[in-house]
Amino acid sequence: MGQFGIGQPIRRKEDVRLVTGGGRYSDDIQLENQLHIHFFRSPHAHAGISGIDLSAAREAPGVHHVFVHEDLAADGVQDLMTDVDFSDRDGTKIRRSRRPVLARERVRFVGEPVVMVIAETREQARAAADLIQIEWEELPAVASSVAALAPDAPVVWPEFDNNLGLHWELGDKDEIDAIIAGSAKSVTIDIVNNRLIPNPMEPRVALAEYDAASDRITLYAPTQGVRGPQAGVARLLGIKKEQLRVISPDTGGGFGIRGKLYLELVAVAWAARKIGRPVKWLSTRSETFVSDYHGRDQVNHAVMGFDETGRITALHAETILNVGAYMGENGPRLPIDGGGRIIPCSYDIEKFYFSVKTVYTNTVSTDTYRGAGRPEANFLLERLMDLGAEACGLARDEIRRRNFIAPAKMPYRTQMGLLIDSGDFAGSLDMALKEADYAGFPARRKESEARGKLRGFGIGSFVEQSGGRPVEEMRVRIEADGSASIFSGTFSHGQGHDTAYAQILHDHLNLPLEQVKLIQGDTDTTPAQGVGTFGSRSSMMGGVGIKRTAEQIVVKATRIAGHLLQSDPEQVRFDEGVFHAGHATVTFKEVAKAAHDPARLPEGMAPGLDENWVYNRHADHFNFPNGCHICELEIDPDLGTVEILRYTAVDDCGTVLNPLLVHGQVYGGVAQGLGQAMLENTVYEEETAQFLSGSFVDYGMPRAHHMAHIAAYFNVVPCKTNELGVKGAGEAGACAAPSAFVGAVVDALKPYGVSHIDMPVTPERIWRVIAGQAA
Amino acid sequence: MQSFGWLRPRSVEEAAEALGNLEDPKLISGGMTLIPTLKQDLAAPSDLIDLGAVPGLAGISVEGDRLVIGAMTRHADVAASPIVREKILALAVLAGGIGDPAVRRRGTIGGSVANADPAADYPAGVLGLDAEVVTNERVIPADDFFVDLFETALGATEIVTAVRFRIPDQAHYIKFPHPVSGYAVVGLMVARLGNKVRVSVTGAGSHAFRVNEMEAALEASFKPEAVAGIIVDPDELMGDMHCSAGYRSHVLGVLAKRAVAAIASPRP
Amino acid sequence: MKVSLTVNGAAVERDVEPNTLLAEFLRENLRLTGTHVGCDTTQCGCCIVHVDGHAVKSCTVFVAQLGGADIVTIEGLAGPDGQLHPVQAAFQEFHGLQCGFCTPGMVMMGADIVKRHPCADEKTVRHELEGNLCRCTGYQGIVEAIMHASGTKVETH
Repeated sequence: MGQFGIGQPIRRKEDVRLVTGGGRYSDDIQLENQLHIHFFRSPHAHAGISGIDLSAAREAPGVHHVFVHEDLAADGVQDLMTDVDFSDRDGTKIRRSRRPVLARERVRFVGEPVVMVIAETREQARAAADLIQIEWEELPAVASSVAALAPDAPVVWPEFDNNLGLHWELGDKDEIDAIIAGSAKSVTIDIVNNRLIPNPMEPRVALAEYDAASDRITLYAPTQGVRGPQAGVARLLGIKKEQLRVISPDTGGGFGIRGKLYLELVAVAWAARKIGRPVKWLSTRSETFVSDYHGRDQVNHAVMGFDETGRITALHAETILNVGAYMGENGPRLPIDGGGRIIPCSYDIEKFYFSVKTVYTNTVSTDTYRGAGRPEANFLLERLMDLGAEACGLARDEIRRRNFIAPAKMPYRTQMGLLIDSGDFAGSLDMALKEADYAGFPARRKESEARGKLRGFGIGSFVEQSGGRPVEEMRVRIEADGSASIFSGTFSHGQGHDTAYAQILHDHLNLPLEQVKLIQGDTDTTPAQGVGTFGSRSSMMGGVGIKRTAEQIVVKATRIAGHLLQSDPEQVRFDEGVFHAGHATVTFKEVAKAAHDPARLPEGMAPGLDENWVYNRHADHFNFPNGCHICELEIDPDLGTVEILRYTAVDDCGTVLNPLLVHGQVYGGVAQGLGQAMLENTVYEEETAQFLSGSFVDYGMPRAHHMAHIAAYFNVVPCKTNELGVKGAGEAGACAAPSAFVGAVVDALKPYGVSHIDMPVTPERIWRVIAGQAA
Repeated sequence: MQSFGWLRPRSVEEAAEALGNLEDPKLISGGMTLIPTLKQDLAAPSDLIDLGAVPGLAGISVEGDRLVIGAMTRHADVAASPIVREKILALAVLAGGIGDPAVRRRGTIGGSVANADPAADYPAGVLGLDAEVVTNERVIPADDFFVDLFETALGATEIVTAVRFRIPDQAHYIKFPHPVSGYAVVGLMVARLGNKVRVSVTGAGSHAFRVNEMEAALEASFKPEAVAGIIVDPDELMGDMHCSAGYRSHVLGVLAKRAVAAIASPRP
Repeated sequence: MKVSLTVNGAAVERDVEPNTLLAEFLRENLRLTGTHVGCDTTQCGCCIVHVDGHAVKSCTVFVAQLGGADIVTIEGLAGPDGQLHPVQAAFQEFHGLQCGFCTPGMVMMGADIVKRHPCADEKTVRHELEGNLCRCTGYQGIVEAIMHASGTKVETH
């Protein structure tokens, strides 16, 4: 491993550009002659549309076009329907919603786009939208999943009779319940896992232009990989993929939601072709609040049994997922493939019943957000373990130790079939306890008490599943000057692939990092089987892809070197950028030059050093980031305010490619986890499903002063199912922090007899517990 | 944002005349509340009258028993002012806790006071420090100034030119910032002015108000225990999805005790 | 209306509508796209620039208010020879950025903080960043970078 290779904390190559204002994000691009789009969105949560009068809007200054659903339908634009395929236990298929690009006859949530206005300026388009006259027939609405399941609830999709989109089950409920009933101890918990708004800092943008000569649309937009949106938008427009080029320049954060097929992309691409002029839509932050996918919004109920020694006997878990008005791309995949498959998380549980209900409501659709089901599952299990410790009279670390999946039992297959290859859960717990000075906690608690404060200590063990879709393609091209271009299917939008991939390549080719260029985010150059960056997959799928591609390059370069050195390639050795055959040498740079000159190549060899590799991963070969985070905090009992005093993170992300980048992923995940735990809450008015938390003034984003310094450590156990040994890092923090934080709050509030407190744990909620009122 | 005309008067008189003559004008000083309001299309004035070029509106001075702060003085300048820190440290603390550093760099005391946002900090200072709001037409005592939500005693052509704070014997400002927005959920000032005590509150109600019962109790005995048990009726307070009126009432009581304690037994 | 100001050392004179915000002016009229807009409620700080040497949210100032002002944006912070400002260099050193979208505002705020708070401690920096949102970094690298640039010793990887 070289000085700039794997494992080194290399500073990011991309940073100088980004800290000097040299970033190029989608809204930074202006096309000549471009017009501006404003979407008129529904102010109602649920209403029929009995008439639309666009005449005044069409006459408004600067307005070029005003389009509604029928205009798109006339061109054959399709509705969006998820392809998820699940059934109820009785075989009834999942009830799938159809979502038109612009509303047809009815709106089902506040913010649903109804009319597209195109004008000379953004301000003119927005002003014209005020002149749109719509006759609404207001309908009763429902916002929460539990309320939507009530027999008399307003129905979002009348064709389905009720709001239950799916009731999926796993395991024998009666058997599990009997085991629990016969267990020495059992604990029950009910959790509302709060709905979150992912809020990448760059608001969404779409800019499209159409070239009539080639009959091709070019669409610029921030994504998490261009191939998915290309396929999706082309499908809905009814055109061939080749007729749509998607370009993602610098992208300001993703967190799972950015990779989705947003219908605004379809509308903007369609409009560019329809009117023959470039069009741009730039969302405001207020607009992203009601048009970006939301995350979480689960209601969980679980019962866990324990034997006399504190060993888990069985788990009965029920999850209700609020999918919103329209089922997103993933819907039930979130609690089932994301959450259910990873259950039992860190623990060895053989008996398990799991029920998942997905429910339609008059709210924004939910989909993948940092962790996508795994944070919810881990939070549920960790809360149960804390309750179990109390019930069994064991310390919270001890009950975990007694139930962890032991390394000796790995590979360990979960009930839903995941194969956890490796992990040292008890080792990470012990390391975290030591670094967090668990032994000194009682003394620190006393000291807090003396100051009138309540001190708490919380443990969040976790394991999650990374890797995502099992295909990815990478290509490396060596230029004639010896530099390298990486064409990646993955898409860096903050993760630092520019640097990490160059480090991997450096280990194989000994190239200086500045001679490696990452080319991504353009369907004209992205490898055909490229997928993108989500599910913490890029270190594995992209990393292994680079490694294999580099190896192929070395093989070919060695043959060329042998030819140049007039030696048998078998006898040529490649070491630190130089090929040796006996005493004769040739540098990699010289070989690269020769590779581009057919006259200098072995007979029959195609010129160039340009290799690609498609990673078709075995179905069992995910990876399982895991670890243990500990939060120590202090509560002011007079006000209910919380201060985090110490946060310790021990992560097993497998082999660490670059500790600077991996720590960065952990910190960011922890901040989002703590945001969920302390602050973030999406609020709909229950009676009307009006949206109440639609700006940063109302929605609690974690700020610098909410956070504490995070002391981060690694407990490296290389992954056994990929040759780099890497595991994901991006979602770990979001899986660990909520349980560490809530566990610490509940621990601090022990004198008040509370066993659980829902997120976000606001000062008022804590005060209510202390004041003896319902939280 | 709607379009509007722009005037840049060179004197207060000129500004007042414009206020009287234009269709639906608004004054702009720092713009820290007005501009976000315009961006959300929640206001659509015909013209903005920019006070930025009017000379003499910014500055800090002492006149007798009063600290005088010109209307265009920025929050950051009040917070950092050696005079303010010496004469009324609590006011410097208050100004240093408004919004965030970039907002404090633009926002002005005159704009804040005239706007009378229920969650703004300055109104608690104005009421608690028995200030006078000086306008181009008259001097308005603090107790008559704040009328209701975003409503003050200012007339249509009246422009705040300065705020004259009484320099107290002792004062303390304490704020419970909103966990989400940072605005005051409760901002509370306690001030001792001779044998009088003032307790003023912002953030909790529709406008800043005094808590007479606490003031009387503290005038009788200036100790934290004196205000214990005095509860401001939650029915008179505001609530939102993060902090209910009942919680605000509770926080108000806790902050009052702490502010009194900070004055009665200052930490070394 | 006509406004004249100095932007990154160069005199600029333009005709603008009175409702032109400084952020729009920089991005759309001058094509200085390093200044970003991340919200519409003056909360996120992505748009912070320096006006007469102080950090200001350019999304909440009209150009009309700024006649004669001296504006410095992220593009003008480094030295003329390309030498990074200490805060810019520290953001790279301490991994104070990921996606880079909040970064211009963070760096401009950081440059203001280090001027006012030599040898700033962690609490001061966190408090001073109250008006800046970041969704990627958990703020850790940002806080460390600003502390370091202010002269405080910070452990590094």
